[in-house]
Amino acid sequence: MALIPPFERFYVEHRDVVLGFLRKRMAREAAEDAFQETFLRALRGYDRLEHGEHLRAWVLTIAARIAIDSGRRARPTVHELPELPVVDGRPAYAEIEHLAGQLPPTERAAVVLRYAYDLAYDDIAAALDSSPEAARQAASSGIRRLRAQDLPPGGTP
Amino acid sequence: MTVTIELDRRFREAATAEGTLDVGFDVVDSPFGPLLVAATPRGLCRVWLKPDPEQQLDSLAGAFGRRVLRSHTAVEGAHRQLDEYFAGAREGFELDVDLGGTAAFARAVLDELARVPYGRTTTYGTLAARVGAPRAARAVGTVMNRNPIPIVLPCHRVVGANGSLTGYAGGLAMKEQLLRLEGALL
Repeated sequence: MALIPPFERFYVEHRDVVLGFLRKRMAREAAEDAFQETFLRALRGYDRLEHGEHLRAWVLTIAARIAIDSGRRARPTVHELPELPVVDGRPAYAEIEHLAGQLPPTERAAVVLRYAYDLAYDDIAAALDSSPEAARQAASSGIRRLRAQDLPPGGTP
Repeated sequence: MTVTIELDRRFREAATAEGTLDVGFDVVDSPFGPLLVAATPRGLCRVWLKPDPEQQLDSLAGAFGRRVLRSHTAVEGAHRQLDEYFAGAREGFELDVDLGGTAAFARAVLDELARVPYGRTTTYGTLAARVGAPRAARAVGTVMNRNPIPIVLPCHRVVGANGSLTGYAGGLAMKEQLLRLEGALL
């Protein structure tokens, strides 16, 4: 199990990727605001991480969530979602991300973080800026929807 | 995409202002070369006379928590007072210190050490006697060796019973120059 590095090392290692990810989705000024918010949220949740696996996916998921919220504020009708991050090619994660691709955004993020990245609900709550209970409900309702193949229209292909 | 210096600085300042850091640190200049200075929300916790940020980052995380970030604003008060001290414009530090993780004996010795006045020296044996362990001069020497906050906790003012300088983490030349700066040596 990977050790969790001091935050400084985590930040230096991922800051350029996070900024690049946000710049593809947002104008410069908004991306820079989202960059700061991403790492502030990561810092708030950092002492509750239980292991150091998939930290890049974790921080990119936080960034994706912030990009979604900011996109919603700017264009309330948009259905398009940012792609979740591609991580080190391990099929299980890719598979879950693929399956979860058509879920509504909160459920999708909760399902992917819980079942693909094995994060605790506390960590997921930090990533989604919600409560552990809300994260648990989002993940379980996402799983129910996947089982029932009850997907709402307008998700990403 | 490379994060600009300006964006990087903004994030580090915002993170420090939020108060969610376990430790903020920075490498600052001094007449004796760079120093690595670190502070928790409770106070100054480390001064390294020989900075090695990669290794010291792990040490800080192990002692105080993993939310460690380089941040000038987290140590700017300590940095300013150190500058004033090196310029001969300050005799005492007005800084809270965080000795978290320090064992009781070492803490008692460091508390006594902090009372040794500017421009004076004392001996290992005297400090040992002051903490009620007159035969523990050698143990006091070990505490000085491991002093987490040199300069601010003035282990350079502690010398051997015969007046010899004995040793210093920053080298004997530095110890001698600090004592000269304070007028304790001619």
